[in-house]
Amino acid sequence: MKRQNSLSDRRANITFKWEWLLVILIIGISIVNGRLSSHFWSYTGIMDALSVFLEKGFMVLPMALVLIIGDIDISVASIVALSSVLMAMSYKAGLSMVVAILVALATGAGCGYFNGLLISRIPGLSAIIVTLAGSSIYRGIAYILLGDQAIGGFPSWYSYLAWGYIGGTHIPFIIVMFVGCAIVYGLLLHRTAWGRKVYAMGINPVAARFSGVPVAKIKQIIFTLNGLMAGVAAVFLTSKLGSSRPNIATGYELEVIAIAVLGGVSPSGGKGGILGVCLSLILMRLLRYGMGLINVPGQVMMVIIGIVLVGVVMLPNIFGARRGRKRRLKEAQ
Amino acid sequence: MKKLVTILLMVFFAVALFSVTAFAEGHTIAMIVKNVGNPFMDAAGRGAEEACKELGNNFIFQGPATPTVEGQIEIIENLIAQKVSAICITANDFDALVPVLQKAKGNNIKVVSFDSAVAPGGRDVHVNQANAELIGKLQVQAIAEMIGYEGEIAILSAGATMTNQNTWIEYMKEELKDPKYAKMQLVTIVYGDDLRDKSYNEAMGLFKSYPNLKGIISPTTVGISATAKAITDAGLIGQVKLTGLGLPSEMAEWVHNGACEAFFLWNPVDLGYLASYVASLLCDGIITGKAGEEFSAGRMGDYTIVEAVDGGTEVLLGPPFRFDITNIDEWKDIY
Repeated sequence: MKRQNSLSDRRANITFKWEWLLVILIIGISIVNGRLSSHFWSYTGIMDALSVFLEKGFMVLPMALVLIIGDIDISVASIVALSSVLMAMSYKAGLSMVVAILVALATGAGCGYFNGLLISRIPGLSAIIVTLAGSSIYRGIAYILLGDQAIGGFPSWYSYLAWGYIGGTHIPFIIVMFVGCAIVYGLLLHRTAWGRKVYAMGINPVAARFSGVPVAKIKQIIFTLNGLMAGVAAVFLTSKLGSSRPNIATGYELEVIAIAVLGGVSPSGGKGGILGVCLSLILMRLLRYGMGLINVPGQVMMVIIGIVLVGVVMLPNIFGARRGRKRRLKEAQ
Repeated sequence: MKKLVTILLMVFFAVALFSVTAFAEGHTIAMIVKNVGNPFMDAAGRGAEEACKELGNNFIFQGPATPTVEGQIEIIENLIAQKVSAICITANDFDALVPVLQKAKGNNIKVVSFDSAVAPGGRDVHVNQANAELIGKLQVQAIAEMIGYEGEIAILSAGATMTNQNTWIEYMKEELKDPKYAKMQLVTIVYGDDLRDKSYNEAMGLFKSYPNLKGIISPTTVGISATAKAITDAGLIGQVKLTGLGLPSEMAEWVHNGACEAFFLWNPVDLGYLASYVASLLCDGIITGKAGEEFSAGRMGDYTIVEAVDGGTEVLLGPPFRFDITNIDEWKDIY
């Protein structure tokens, strides 16, 4: 009897997934948006809306990994700023744009590697402390290098990255790039032994270490990836802005973490996946787009997004608790 | 889970019952400000709305919650999707809005920047408060009179990247080169980022770092009121003088207690009115934004579009207005 119960529970768990909740919310929000604004159901409008600030999406993917192993990285926004500034400066110094883009990626990966090195090799240094310090250091360097100046005047092809569409279609180039990255991260996390080790670390780091999971090495890799993707985000954001300044991407770290958490990634580690994170990204965009179309003021938008975030994260807990209580009642009878 | 789905669906359909309020005929003019909750920007919005009503246009007022260029880009993208006729914007960054505004122009949207300019490539015309040189000069002259042409002064500005503040500061430095200010010394420029707490702390920091400080110029409405409060709280009324650009409603208290003897501002209601009027004229094709074009802007009278120093074109509102103890009470209820 008991075994049957647990079996049917497991089946329920397979059908009830966080992802379904997000899909329902996305459909619901689209219906509401469509009712509230006649401009919502437009293919080009939705495509453009999804691609606005999709560079955050590039940062959400590795952030999910960081959260899954139970860590956090709040230096990513500053890494974006530093990568962007160094890229712009190398271009201005006469390097070709392609090399400058590589400089941005290398800067990002370098900062991430540095974070990872401190976190994984020095006992007692937690990720929050290291990345908090990193966040002031990286942006601080960007300010020292560029001050209140802006660097622009990139070659015209560079603006294609953030503004271009594929061929004659209206599919933004950045969306294609993002989907590619998401697939790579999805395969890495869900289809490889390495991915399973990542989950093992999040569920129980001590047990993972004793089972032979190279905890320090994996941490190092994940933080480096997080920095690298911040570098990727810097390339796209700078293309979007057409110029670089040390104050770009301010506050991105919290938005990125919020999107990951809304996507079902537990900040205490071990839970969540790439699909959920992507759905959460779409949900957040459509929500903001819908509110933008009916011209909800900025501060009201912030409050609504906060409420949605807390509400959605709470929902399954409320219903889960109730279901658990009912089952316990049944078993008692 | 079933219950959860049912409840969610019910909520959605309940919300979905609300219908859209349809816009009237006429152009739809959107004003984007640096951030919402800024009284100066709200006053500009009132002026723009007034012009829209007069001309039979629809009006949208928008701004990001914090003064970032990313927030403004998102709003512009949403306005493009809404197919508005014109955008009036006061920019958080001179360069970074150009790509998205070019996209807007490509979608047949007229772009007017006002107050804080967008680079010429991103706009049709700029509506400027007043001659930037005059704004810079007047503030230096005022602080010099207050401190008797002698001693250390500092500037407390908004963000380090803000176009208009930086231009005025350049002109302040120019003016300070005049031999009559030889005994005055500009010791530092600090940035309060147009945030009240940060500006307040920067002002407090100035008192500590420069004990001989005689005067502060704060060419931003948020900065000047935060500095006035800091001067009052630190008990330095009379020792550290203050001038700059401020809102009469926020500054009345500080003019009365002596923390700030005099300050300047143009009329933001008029500025918003003019920007919105210019946008409407652009939509009608009456003007195109070229230098030399003349037009009449309702209650504001006649204007001419002129070449701007940044290579684009602009319309100048008029000279800044001086507020002090003699007139503050008339103005404090207006804006």
